Amino acid sequence: MSYNTDTQEIQETIIHRDDFGSKMGMWLFLFTEILLFGGLFILYAGYRYIYSDGFAAAATELDVLLGTINTIILLTSSLTVVLAIVALQKNNKDLSLFFLWITQACGLIFMINKYFEWGAKFHHGIYPKGPALQNMSEGEAMYFGLYFVMTGLHGLHILVGMGFIGYVMYKIKKDVITATNFQKLENSGLYWHLVDIIWIFLFPLFYLIH
Amino acid sequence: MENNHLNGSDHGGHGHDDGHIAEAHHPSYGINVLVWIGLLSLTAITVAVAGINLGSLALTVALMIALVKSMFVINFFMHLKFDNKVFKIFLGICMVTFAVVMILTFFDLTFRF
Repeated sequence: MSYNTDTQEIQETIIHRDDFGSKMGMWLFLFTEILLFGGLFILYAGYRYIYSDGFAAAATELDVLLGTINTIILLTSSLTVVLAIVALQKNNKDLSLFFLWITQACGLIFMINKYFEWGAKFHHGIYPKGPALQNMSEGEAMYFGLYFVMTGLHGLHILVGMGFIGYVMYKIKKDVITATNFQKLENSGLYWHLVDIIWIFLFPLFYLIH
Repeated sequence: MENNHLNGSDHGGHGHDDGHIAEAHHPSYGINVLVWIGLLSLTAITVAVAGINLGSLALTVALMIALVKSMFVINFFMHLKFDNKVFKIFLGICMVTFAVVMILTFFDLTFRF
């Protein structure tokens, strides 16, 4: 009925690790994220189809340069995440952490740009029930509604990603995530890249309409 | 490209580990930097193209470039190219689901208004 000491010993020394399952769980989660943003993209497509003139007029309010800079920042942050994975696999812990610090800095700069971007909109009275928004056409108001929801939800994902990567950095520092046990780093990278991909679509759809 | 085979030699000790331990697939800095340069170039192209008046083609061109960029990110940065086939199938199902809902929405939009 009861375990003998031998099997007890064995049970204590077995460390169960399933990197494949861990990665699969992350990918499945990412698909729910794609469908979350996908719903918003479908909403965007539908309203752009109905209000194409309003969308084109409203898009001129956005700063293409700022959008381009933010795109470059996010692409660079994605590169440094993947370089951090390579560095850790090559057993270079310090370089890996250095790359992840760059990613964190990129995320922070992205959010600061977003702060100024949104701040300028608020200043011009463009916010829900704001004075400028209420004088706009239905299409323009719809554009800004989607703009705030989609870039806002995206920004929230940047913050979550920074938290996730921060946690992974702590675990790398403590030698829990290592050259032979890096799936958590890989998963945080997958999340960060997905957030980057969403921005790759948001950028032309909101900033580059004519 | 099977990288996920059982390899518990330095983990767990007793060989009872039924999990799949991830292994590095020839990690290299160079390819990722190249992909990054490609992504920056495509960003420059999409901004430049937006300045030209392409009319109704503009949206299609912008989306095609975005699609190419995301394929680069998915295949290289997210390692899907080197990964197990099951993840590619997952992604395919996810994309088809999205496309079906998008198409059905536009059936409704074009015939209702």
